Amino acid sequence: MSDSAALPSGGAWQRFGHHPALATLRKLSRIPQAVFGVVVIVATVLAAVLAPWIVPVDPEEMDFANLLSGISSEHWLGSDQMGRDTLARLIVGAQVALMVSVGAVGLGVAIGVPLGLISVYFRGFVDDVIMRLMDALVVFPSLLIAVGLAAAMGGSLATVILAIGLANVPWMARVIRSQGLMIRELDYVAAAQAGGMGHLRIIAKHILPNGVAPVIVQSTLSMGYAVLTEAALGFIGVGIQPPTPTWGNMLQQAFPMLDQQPLLSVVPGLAIFVLVLAFNFVGDAMRDILDPRLKGVIH
Amino acid sequence: MLEVMDLEKHFPVRKGLFGRVTGHVHAVDGVSFTIDAGETLGLVGESGCGKTTVGRTVLRLLAPTAGSIRVDGDDITRLGNRELRPYRRRMQIIFQDPFSSLDPRMSAADIVGELLGVHGVAKGTERRERVAALFERVGLRADQLDNYPHEFSGGQRQRLSIARALSLNPELIVCDEPVSALDVSIQAQVINLLMDLQAEFGLSYLFIAHDLAVVEHLSDRVAVMYLGRIVEFADRQTLFENPQHPYTESLLAAVPVPDPSRARRKRHLEGDVPSPVNRPSGCHFHTRCPYATAQCRAEEPRLKAIAEGHEVACHLR
Repeated sequence: MSDSAALPSGGAWQRFGHHPALATLRKLSRIPQAVFGVVVIVATVLAAVLAPWIVPVDPEEMDFANLLSGISSEHWLGSDQMGRDTLARLIVGAQVALMVSVGAVGLGVAIGVPLGLISVYFRGFVDDVIMRLMDALVVFPSLLIAVGLAAAMGGSLATVILAIGLANVPWMARVIRSQGLMIRELDYVAAAQAGGMGHLRIIAKHILPNGVAPVIVQSTLSMGYAVLTEAALGFIGVGIQPPTPTWGNMLQQAFPMLDQQPLLSVVPGLAIFVLVLAFNFVGDAMRDILDPRLKGVIH
Repeated sequence: MLEVMDLEKHFPVRKGLFGRVTGHVHAVDGVSFTIDAGETLGLVGESGCGKTTVGRTVLRLLAPTAGSIRVDGDDITRLGNRELRPYRRRMQIIFQDPFSSLDPRMSAADIVGELLGVHGVAKGTERRERVAALFERVGLRADQLDNYPHEFSGGQRQRLSIARALSLNPELIVCDEPVSALDVSIQAQVINLLMDLQAEFGLSYLFIAHDLAVVEHLSDRVAVMYLGRIVEFADRQTLFENPQHPYTESLLAAVPVPDPSRARRKRHLEGDVPSPVNRPSGCHFHTRCPYATAQCRAEEPRLKAIAEGHEVACHLR
């Protein structure tokens, strides 16, 4: 009832209100976990984008007067063993975390989705070759790919994005393929073929738009895992190298100080936890809304 | 307009780890017919007899295994996707399922106008005007142009399908059971629409159905299919008044007559259609035929003319 009141009246808006994408957003706003998730993600994105203006001090500036300080008026979230401000490092670390999650998932989608679509549409030999390649890629965990790549190319933002992105490719390909298996048999695809539409156009206009929902779900969940993987890589020291602050290498540097200044570990740890949780909440909520097999079970 | 010769479509049956082909489904097994301009050919038969496969193969939505398809004398059996395009414009299809035949993410105007864009017929405002005209022609309102498929009823969706099929001014429309998913009252409206359109545009129809009453109402000629083959072929009146094949006879006997005082001899068919993978020897129908003889079990009957324009595949005729 409340949703119709929330929409502005008037021709164009009313028509737009019928669009399926808008219905998804409306449903999302009714799930508390999803709202929490969206708020956290939006806050993180704002912090990352506005970093140059909101960072209190240079994250690499050392304040030797306040080493390992707790919460204080100078350092709101404390400082580390070299006197660097934790809040500043956390905000800059958020930039890295988001760049990695968006970059890696974007890479996975950009490579995986076209492969999956080609695979499912052209069937047969093409399908076999692509999907066996994807199977081969699944065998390697993203952590292993990352360690290998870092060893070969050195730990940098690009390496981390490439490693996590490659690990995402087969999952994206599989998800869109599983949708395509059903969609390609539907009559509207046959109607498009009978109407003389080209293969690529049918894929782009019919199969992709109707199969994209689970890819959105998978992408949201994968962003959470990407944040986690980036932190793990940073922690074991093969990720993005210091002095660039990342939540992973902040944890790594804080770990030896755990008994002297636990706050130093708690802050990045909590940041990772909350952001991953937010992505998972939104992803789960999207799945509840978009996956017809679960429809009605949750709400 | 359309000439189909000895059309065959087999689907391989694959088994095991390496997808070894262990057999074939003979969905269509040597079907020949012609459709003249402005004519309706009814194609009837039980579920699984290959009627839909015939319709889809004729449109080259499925690649034929053997045989030939000619449009005004041009062989389109082996044409590639690009060469096929000009012929695609001339032959369209309407489907049985009013739900899966429309893309749920496109507006009605986009669905109906999509093919105009594909063939570069009309763009922008001109396209919208043509779509609006098509809407009006099939009995939809212009204020429904921007609605999505889920906002239409089953009958309206079928009208959308018809409008899409009409958009390119085709000469032939394959109607694959276009009314069997609809309420009886709506069926009549859609059938009347199809007949009006035929009269107006001189369309040819390949009308696939299992409802004999509908076929009788619409068709000029009727082909009866059983297990991938045409077993009887005649003009409408002959077929319904003087069926010659035992299968046609039993199909007609199964049509309910809305007159309780008219007692009919009932002869229902026993059993199911045999498997199109392991087909019966000789005449495919001998396993269920009340008149089957030793010859029927051993020898395959060919379609032969028993009168002008009346062909039957049965040893007993």
